[in-house]
Amino acid sequence: MSRPFTPKVITANALLEGDVIYRSASGDWVRALAQAALIFDAERADEMLAEAQKDGMAVGAYLTDAAEGEHGPEPTHFREEFRRTGPSNYPHGKQETGARANV
Amino acid sequence: MYKYNDFDESFVRNRVEQFSAQVARRIDGSLSEEEFRPLRLMNGLYLQLHAYMLRVAIPYGTLNPGQMDQLAHIAEKYDRGYGHFTTRQNIQYNWPKLPDVPAILSDLADVEMHAIQTSGNTIRNVTADHFAGASADEVADPRPVAELIRQWSTDHPEFQFLPRKFKVAVTGAAADRAVVRAHDIGLVLKRQDGVLGAEIIVGGGLGRTPMVGKTLKEFVTFDDLLPYLEATVSVWNLLGRRDNKYKARIKITVHEHGIDDIRARVEERFAAIKPTFGGIDMEMLREIEGHFVPPMFADKPIEAYTRAYEADPVFRAWADTNLAAHKAEGYAIVTVSLKKPGQTPGDATADQMRALAQIARDYAHDELRISHEQNVILPHVHKSNLPALHAALKAFDLATANVGLVSDIIACPGMDYCALATARAIPVAQGIATRFEELKLEHDIGALKIKISGCINACGHHHVGHIGILGLDRAGVENYQITLGGDGTEDMVIGDRTGPGFAYDEIVPAIERILLSYLDLRDGPEETFLAAYRRLGLAPFKAALYPAKEEKANAA
Repeated sequence: MSRPFTPKVITANALLEGDVIYRSASGDWVRALAQAALIFDAERADEMLAEAQKDGMAVGAYLTDAAEGEHGPEPTHFREEFRRTGPSNYPHGKQETGARANV
Repeated sequence: MYKYNDFDESFVRNRVEQFSAQVARRIDGSLSEEEFRPLRLMNGLYLQLHAYMLRVAIPYGTLNPGQMDQLAHIAEKYDRGYGHFTTRQNIQYNWPKLPDVPAILSDLADVEMHAIQTSGNTIRNVTADHFAGASADEVADPRPVAELIRQWSTDHPEFQFLPRKFKVAVTGAAADRAVVRAHDIGLVLKRQDGVLGAEIIVGGGLGRTPMVGKTLKEFVTFDDLLPYLEATVSVWNLLGRRDNKYKARIKITVHEHGIDDIRARVEERFAAIKPTFGGIDMEMLREIEGHFVPPMFADKPIEAYTRAYEADPVFRAWADTNLAAHKAEGYAIVTVSLKKPGQTPGDATADQMRALAQIARDYAHDELRISHEQNVILPHVHKSNLPALHAALKAFDLATANVGLVSDIIACPGMDYCALATARAIPVAQGIATRFEELKLEHDIGALKIKISGCINACGHHHVGHIGILGLDRAGVENYQITLGGDGTEDMVIGDRTGPGFAYDEIVPAIERILLSYLDLRDGPEETFLAAYRRLGLAPFKAALYPAKEEKANAA
């Protein structure tokens, strides 16, 4: 028996800046996880991922677990928490640009 | 130091041009990421967690002030105003943008630097003892040999698609400061009957299967050195496991076939290829040696140093920890710590890099080195210049007096930057350094090497730390394993695992328990942590680390 599908988002890095990006419900790339589409079924996830992987402006698109939060999807693993925030030794990355705060 | 000839210059410029065109084709969509990835890796460009990362080689850790200034310029113009010096004598920029990378490489080429073969399954940046050409215990300066290997391995047609990456380190001293026994090939320069040569050590490495290198040949004269290296890499290139990347490194090949079998194959290959070299390698080595003549050492009094040493306790503390013996009378080797407690190990701001360049011009015969321990070395400083040099360092927050002590920690970038990491390393280093600064115990504890890696690949050399820390992902939570008793020197030892790991918020207290019990258990201040561990073994430290468990065991 296959494991039940857990909610996911699609994420990648932007080709030019390398910045973390997420796939929105309208099929655009957005900079904040809170604006990403939370996907609840496996078929839809595969379709959206295939679409995202065709986009040459994004690198290494993949599906990752996320949970429904008050203001949109939230990470369930610390790696994705760091990706949506930035490094912990300097206030660089998304925490600085406001994309992290933009929930 | 080495000066590019016309060939080097045009090779590096051509590569910049070639890669610039590749970047343009990636951006306009002509190249897919799958096609582009091996091309960018050949030029040191990674895609990490938050951004691209450019790894620039600092061959055998040697820089001149102009190069250091240029590294500062790049940090400021294209990055976030700082650079990160790594455990393999590279500098990494954490935030470059893809369209800027060609310009960065062009700026590097202006000062005879590049990012070629800092990634991929090739022979990587050749590292060397950071005290090369300066230390009192050296047989010969390892850098000419390292430069010869750099030239030979750069774009070597046979070695562009190796089973896995291949790392070479060279030392010219018996005291190993270059971790040569943890490299695919480590060379220890030696003199026998007046002839210079090298002991060839093969199959060392850390990572998921740590191994101490084994001696392939006790002594190979310089005449035979390059063909012997080529024979060794060539044997592994054919024999190495390409079916499983975790078994592809030469350490596994040596382990599976045995050192005697490998030696026999290398000897056979060597006999076949040696005649094809025809002495050109030695001509090149002699030419390269001409670039590494020692500076004109000054013969002058050192009173200024003695006076400052007696009068200024801050200077004295720094001199006691950050200076090493130089081969020339009246000189010292200065280690500039990039480990101020609370800072990221190995990071330097653009201003600090420029200050170091100027200090090297003013007081240190125009030479700088980067150590695998992520510090900056000024290899040739006359002692009379030390008080002024120390004052100049202080002005740029670079006068931390902690070299070789608890806060002089090696840490890889870990999950704050690296896409391969399983846990963070930098904040653990920051936490330990700040905690022991609060406790004011650093000097009581004395000589200690703590090394932290944020994944099993062991860029932070945790296996050979007196205290090693390995960050892992255990069921979605950061967890840190501790090893004790590791040693990265000529007596290399892989540390022993203490037992279950510790959560992120438990790791600093765990290290504190180890070190407080060391202070209780040692024979006296002269017995270092490593010596005490060798005498006492794991048991007392285990008891300190896992007190509840021990109590339970005693009660049972």
